[in-house]
Amino acid sequence: MTKHRIALVKEIPPGSNKVVNVRGREICVFNVGGDFFALLNRCPHEGARLSRGVIVGLPESDEPGCYKLSRPGEILRCPWHGWEFDLKTGKSHCDPERMFTKQYKTCVENEAAEPGRELQAETFPVVVEEATVFVEM
Amino acid sequence: MTVIESPQTGVAKKADTGIIDCDIHPLPKNAKSLHPYLPKRWQEHAEHFGGHLRQPFIHTTQYPRSAPLICRRDAWPPSGGPPGSDLDFMREQHLDPFNIINGILIPLFSNVASERNLDYANALATAHNDWQVSEWLDKEPRLRGTLVVSQDDPAAAVKEIERCARDKRFVQIMLAPRSSEPLGRQRYWPIFEAAEAHDLPLGIHSYGVGGNASTAGGWPSFYMDEHYATTMGGPATMSSMVLEGVLERFPKLRVVLVEIGFAWVPSFMWRMDRLWERMRGEIPHLVHPPSHYVKRNFWYTTQPMEEPSRPNDLRRTFDWVGWDKLLFSTDYPHWDQDDPAYAFNVKLTPAERRQICRENAEGFYRF
Repeated sequence: MTKHRIALVKEIPPGSNKVVNVRGREICVFNVGGDFFALLNRCPHEGARLSRGVIVGLPESDEPGCYKLSRPGEILRCPWHGWEFDLKTGKSHCDPERMFTKQYKTCVENEAAEPGRELQAETFPVVVEEATVFVEM
Repeated sequence: MTVIESPQTGVAKKADTGIIDCDIHPLPKNAKSLHPYLPKRWQEHAEHFGGHLRQPFIHTTQYPRSAPLICRRDAWPPSGGPPGSDLDFMREQHLDPFNIINGILIPLFSNVASERNLDYANALATAHNDWQVSEWLDKEPRLRGTLVVSQDDPAAAVKEIERCARDKRFVQIMLAPRSSEPLGRQRYWPIFEAAEAHDLPLGIHSYGVGGNASTAGGWPSFYMDEHYATTMGGPATMSSMVLEGVLERFPKLRVVLVEIGFAWVPSFMWRMDRLWERMRGEIPHLVHPPSHYVKRNFWYTTQPMEEPSRPNDLRRTFDWVGWDKLLFSTDYPHWDQDDPAYAFNVKLTPAERRQICRENAEGFYRF
């Protein structure tokens, strides 16, 4: 498994996502409350880009008339037919065993920036450590 | 390892054959887009009074919601305006990637068929047809238009048909199944006569706000019910048209039911034929069993496609309905649209795909 650099943590604020192309696959990396989750950017139903979906919570109910909204910000509705996916696992809510999108492992590390890549230093070499998101594939 | 931001629009998914999309919904860019096609008297009417429809909701509709403007969330053009309003974006997101050789526009906005003010309805119908020609058909040779008429004013509707039928890019006449009365009733027959005379099929799209409850059991509580209810309107429309004798009187009239489903058709035919055997004395004008007219005169678009849990059930449904009766459609840009690459959850042979996705429509619309 190789680590593929995706972005600086600050580029993907909570609630947002970034789409990248890694080894021929379109991957969407979501920031869910500060943690990063990477899913194949393709709905298993008819192939829509999950990155264009809307982030919601999960309405739950034990009986008619009583309901609560749990897991705010952790569920994605596909932009086409509205299938709900758990961002943390890639599994659909209604049929988790058969309808799911592939999930990839992520990690966050501090990475030393090469001089001149991110910052323009005039005279002295500068080394900056910044939190960076990686996907392992 | 380079990190690349993927482009917004899709990877080209070229179908193995050019396809014909029998249901695309264009929208005007804004509330004034139709004004150039409306006489000043009606521009002012639109601004001061607006439409007058027989529907119970304020600021919403019986029709599919689930997403803003009923559209898939990635179909909002980057240039602005609502989904379906930008021809360049429609080409980029839909027509080009799927190799759509012909797309049939069906403009649903304004609910012209249900507008209570019939003079306004007629002005709107003319405006919709002229708008289609100027903004879409003249600019994109792959597109075809649908003739919008005010169906509750059949004399005016016939005039509009006569006016527009000369332009062969209009390939069908749209009627709303959610009508004031069941569509087979004799008040609508002048429209059928004109359609048959011009060899223009009727495109009956799930549309209209006739004022009746959306289901036979009354007004449902949930949007899910409303979505399904549009399909249940299919048997009511078909039954009325068949039993009133529309297809006995106008035998060459072709009818396509658009976005009304098709899996219900076989059981409906079985039921109607049995009833006809027992009750034919009530409708002696029907010379043949109902299924004869259904098989001869009706076609169906495929969206929304059925998705049975046993994929082979879909194939058997096609056997019962008739493989030659199915016209592929996407319903772009609505959220419940079908992607041509994934619409069928059963494997089709290339010949079967070509038949449903192209040849049937070429024959039906005389392309």
